[in-house]
Amino acid sequence: MKNRSLISINDFSKEEYIKILDIAEDFEKNPRQKILENHVIATLFFEPSTRTRLSFESAISQLGGKIIGFTDAASSSVSKGETLMDTIKTVANYSDLIVMRHPLDGSARWASEVAGIPIINAGDGANQHPTQCLLDLYSIRKTQGTLENIHIAFVGDLKYGRTVHSLVIALTQFNATFHLVSPEELKLPSAIKKYIKDAGLNYHQYTSIEAIVDQVDILYMTRIQKERFADPMEYERVKNSYILKNEMLENSKPSMRILHPLPRVNEIEEAVDKNPKAYYFQQAKNGVYVREALIASILGYK
Amino acid sequence: MENSLRKELKVAAIENGTVIDHIPSNKLFTAIRILKLDTSSNPVYFGTNMSSKKYGSKGIIKIGDRYFGRDEINKIALVAPTATLIEIKNYKVTNKYKLEIPKEIQSFAKCFNPKCITNHQAVPTKFKVFTDEKGLIKLHCHYCEKTTSQENMVFN
Repeated sequence: MKNRSLISINDFSKEEYIKILDIAEDFEKNPRQKILENHVIATLFFEPSTRTRLSFESAISQLGGKIIGFTDAASSSVSKGETLMDTIKTVANYSDLIVMRHPLDGSARWASEVAGIPIINAGDGANQHPTQCLLDLYSIRKTQGTLENIHIAFVGDLKYGRTVHSLVIALTQFNATFHLVSPEELKLPSAIKKYIKDAGLNYHQYTSIEAIVDQVDILYMTRIQKERFADPMEYERVKNSYILKNEMLENSKPSMRILHPLPRVNEIEEAVDKNPKAYYFQQAKNGVYVREALIASILGYK
Repeated sequence: MENSLRKELKVAAIENGTVIDHIPSNKLFTAIRILKLDTSSNPVYFGTNMSSKKYGSKGIIKIGDRYFGRDEINKIALVAPTATLIEIKNYKVTNKYKLEIPKEIQSFAKCFNPKCITNHQAVPTKFKVFTDEKGLIKLHCHYCEKTTSQENMVFN
């Protein structure tokens, strides 16, 4: 993976994902390794994202690397009308690797074609957020001991949820069975279902969590946003059916774990946080190890 | 022979150049635009809503003193996959072939996704061309990874 960019989850093979996860496991055991002391890494956030940016910056700091960058476009030359190409070409002169988030779809791919140095996509509009997908895979493997043959339920907004789309696509390489729980209006798009069909795998659709929670290994929760509904009455009608409560988990498998890409609003009751099946904060922590692994691999240290 | 000759002559015969036949009538002007014939200095003749035994109705374009490379002409296969290309030299057909849908196209189609980087900054577009289960031609954007279907295709 040396000197390669990671823009889309489709850029890496199954073996390459596994390699990154293996390296991340080493970093989990020993997260502070000063291997990037001679490196400068740019974090360019053309739109704000506190969680993702801090996770990357923590990963870089724990490896001893220096960070330059900006946290939103208003405080950068973009506000003076500079094109993305010019910003990227300039910053590429100052750094060894660029981590970027940008509001436009496809911006990261374009940046990787003009930069001359590797780019890690930390989210390009509604398109891709591959490091989220890697940390989801890491969390699944860690809690289930394997990525193969798992039963996973995706709950909530499956239509617009970028993390859901990427994870579904990635898991089609690991013989997963997909259980899709969503309101009628927010079902998984057919373009994503096509990946499941093309891989010869199965998916099942439900409109309530209870219908499937007892049978799955992973319950992947997402937020349902009110603005996604054409009819506000419909939102009021369905919103409570997608809120996870402890009593729903009583008969779930002991090994089942709950994931959520965060931020959470109200779709998981806070009481669930103390449930041993809740894994979403650990999942966010795993993101740091995965990002350490990815950066170290791209810069040729692992 | 007599009959087909007369039919060809509905749009002026050319001594040397290219005839593009069997273009769907409603795609004729799109094809002209894709090939940039609207700004060409060559003689260009065209007809549309002409009767066709095979397709019911068709459009036809004749371009004098001009020949196209395969890559260039195949661009219009996106909107006119049924089109036939005929090369004429000295009033005689010297070459005739069906268009082929290109696997990849660059710089002349627009991405339908309003949030795609190519619609905001000076980024040349790039698409993979594929046909879906229903046999419809679609474009997969190299940048935003979204799909543009035939009815939404716009060409620069």
